[in-house]
Amino acid sequence: MVNSEQALHQHDPAPILQLDKVSKSFGPVNVINQVSIDVRPGRVLALLGENGAGKSTLIKMMSGVYQPDGGQILVDGKPTTLPDTKTAESFGIATIHQELNLVPTMTVAENVMLGRTPRKWGLVNFKHLRRQAQAALDLIGVDVDLNAQVGSLGIARQQMVEIAKALSMNARILILDEPTAALTGREIDQLFKVVDQLKEKGVAMVFISHHLDEIARIGDTVSVLRDGQFIAELPADTDEDELVRLMVGRSIENQYPRSAPEIGQPLLEVKNLNAEGRFTDISLTVRAGEVVGLAGLVGAGRTEVVRSIAGVDKVDSGEVIVAGKKLRGGDISEAIKNGIGHIPEDRKAQGLVLGSSVEDNLGLATLASTARAGLVDRSGQHKRAAEVAEKLRIRMASLKQPISDLSGGNQQKAVFGRWVLAGSNVLLLDEPTRGVDVGAKVEIYNIINEMTEKGGAVLMVSSELPEVLGMADRILVMSGGRIAGELPAKGTTQDDVMALAVSQVDDSITEEAAAEIENTKEDR
Amino acid sequence: MSTAVVSQKKSTTASKIGHWMLNNGALVGLIALCVGLFIATPHFLTIPNLINIGIQSATVAILAFGMTFVIVTAGIDLSVGSVAALGAMTSAYFFAEVGLPGWITLLIGLFIGLLAGAISGISIAYGKLPAFIATLAMMSIARGITLVISQGSPIPSAPAVNALGRTYFGIPMPILMMALAGIVCWFILSRTVLGRSMYAIGGNMEAARLSGLPVKKILVMVYALAGVYAALAGLVMTGRLSSAQPQAGVGYELDAIAAVVIGGASLAGGTGKATGTLIGAILLAVIRNGLNILNVSSFWQQIVIGCVIALAVGFDVIRNKTSK
Repeated sequence: MVNSEQALHQHDPAPILQLDKVSKSFGPVNVINQVSIDVRPGRVLALLGENGAGKSTLIKMMSGVYQPDGGQILVDGKPTTLPDTKTAESFGIATIHQELNLVPTMTVAENVMLGRTPRKWGLVNFKHLRRQAQAALDLIGVDVDLNAQVGSLGIARQQMVEIAKALSMNARILILDEPTAALTGREIDQLFKVVDQLKEKGVAMVFISHHLDEIARIGDTVSVLRDGQFIAELPADTDEDELVRLMVGRSIENQYPRSAPEIGQPLLEVKNLNAEGRFTDISLTVRAGEVVGLAGLVGAGRTEVVRSIAGVDKVDSGEVIVAGKKLRGGDISEAIKNGIGHIPEDRKAQGLVLGSSVEDNLGLATLASTARAGLVDRSGQHKRAAEVAEKLRIRMASLKQPISDLSGGNQQKAVFGRWVLAGSNVLLLDEPTRGVDVGAKVEIYNIINEMTEKGGAVLMVSSELPEVLGMADRILVMSGGRIAGELPAKGTTQDDVMALAVSQVDDSITEEAAAEIENTKEDR
Repeated sequence: MSTAVVSQKKSTTASKIGHWMLNNGALVGLIALCVGLFIATPHFLTIPNLINIGIQSATVAILAFGMTFVIVTAGIDLSVGSVAALGAMTSAYFFAEVGLPGWITLLIGLFIGLLAGAISGISIAYGKLPAFIATLAMMSIARGITLVISQGSPIPSAPAVNALGRTYFGIPMPILMMALAGIVCWFILSRTVLGRSMYAIGGNMEAARLSGLPVKKILVMVYALAGVYAALAGLVMTGRLSSAQPQAGVGYELDAIAAVVIGGASLAGGTGKATGTLIGAILLAVIRNGLNILNVSSFWQQIVIGCVIALAVGFDVIRNKTSK
């Protein structure tokens, strides 16, 4: 290991940021255990690991959000501490988050110089402001109108503004947290061109992505994390299968325990569903006992389709039929009454009432349906909540505990439990295991198995292709708001899915549609 | 979290009491204040004075119970003072100028409150106006209508309304009304689907909506309820004076908000209790009463009350931090 590491870095400059055997625990949970990372100028270090592997904790330690419990941080070879983000910034460490830290109503120039606005007699010196902002943008060679409102720019342009802002603060180390997640193919190319330029200028970069091909394209080395442990540091062009094996650490069969029950009658039928700017001509069928995966890139319209089936958003035309009954559409409570349960993509913002108890969260969908004369069935709701919490093995101190105390996996099990209580037999899952650790993932897959064994139907949106390949019986791939094709789960590879997923993205018409989808998302 | 449970079980009686005091800061403050006032002046703890405090706190408490519904849903209602005046004035108008029977005019007053609240609720839920703006508008409109109806002068109110301000068999009706309003508020919040839905909406509106709760309808009902409570408070005020005053209840919305917040609710929504609100309202009345007895000028009273609001909320912030 030591020898290979020396070989890996023999021509590399000395690291400017080092994490030396750092550890971090939250309560009894050891999130990061003795991980060492070297960040070198002019190099791109890719961090690879599953959700919950500890990547985000690690970058939060680099940017001063978290302090390590053990080990030390070295900047320019000198041991130091990063007690807050200000200190990290003063060392030239900047993070570009997925959610950008920009003020949408201010101009590009003002955003680049935010917090350091040049003044003259206490007034904004607009001449200097524009000159300095332009200099920052020139560093990355991107042509953006300085006077444009940031909110009017596309997400890719906004990212460039954010990078320029970081560089203008003399950032030497850029941490890019999944920067490509919201970008189209062409925008990714542009971002990578900027990354290459910054490499030449000697900027050190830490790059996080779930896409192995991107890591191979842009990374120099890749560090693999698993369950908070450092596994290996390898050249970025290492064989993908090898990287996956290191990242997952076990065979796929164990990780996705899909049991295939007997397939019955169609439970959910969607016919020619259209919603302008969101998706076009969606038809699909999910039968009793079946898990259908809905794959595709971010912005392909998967979430929008699921929301429309669940009655959250209205559609322009088309039919949703549940167990032979046609729904009026655009009515959440109608969908629930007919057996639809919707697990939204953002658990904290859309799934849970974080300040309320586990019990109240479990009983949210059945609050009205179990009531008598407008009065809550308190003992019944409590009894049923206790039963379902036991059945789904939700780990908690008590049903009265605030749900915010629970781990991500147990929170998600509670959202499942809500629909178990409601007797839903058509489950719409949107990224059901996002932010859930590996162990709890398997438990959630077992819940999915139980639902289908009882004759339920599951439509599952997931950006994690291994999950789709491992848990779905059939896979529908969306691209540019349409269903681009259907694949059987058996014998399909990630590449097959990706080929369909990008099939409509590269022509400019759908790219516009994708941008529109982004916009409608923001409007909500 | 499991360790917290263990330590709670192990904890001594003393730390249990400490824990309870931390969680019931407003009540502890109220008791401490009462003890202090009793030591300062024996006149404080006499039956007539206590009844006096009860009557003085009744109006604000009734308004504050209605405000509790609104604040639990993460909203705000700035119109309750004006709606109180409007409900009372309409009632008096229909009695004195139209000549309808007294008990009907009482119902009219409550209905006007419901209507005003529902209009606020509709413009918030369906018109997508921020609650602050919608109820600020209603505050101005309701006050304006009150002045138009009354031409700026008091109007005598119906005997049925005046009964709300009297004392029967030694029981002052304002206190009875306050108790009734409080029990209904507690019942709605803790036992009914409507009440539990309010907590869900205030805690996370999107999660509530995706779980099938009729969020918009509930919001309209919440503001309508606050309107009814406001009108009831206005009628009680009117009953005590036997006439509806055009300037009644000016600034009361702020007292009501203060009572709810002192009672432990967060303006961010999802929390709040009828018992807390009652304690908040009584605390405000005790402070005013105590300072009056001690001959402190009413100018100073405002300063003290401002400090108490800041203290109560600051205390809550600390409590939430330590519990994390």
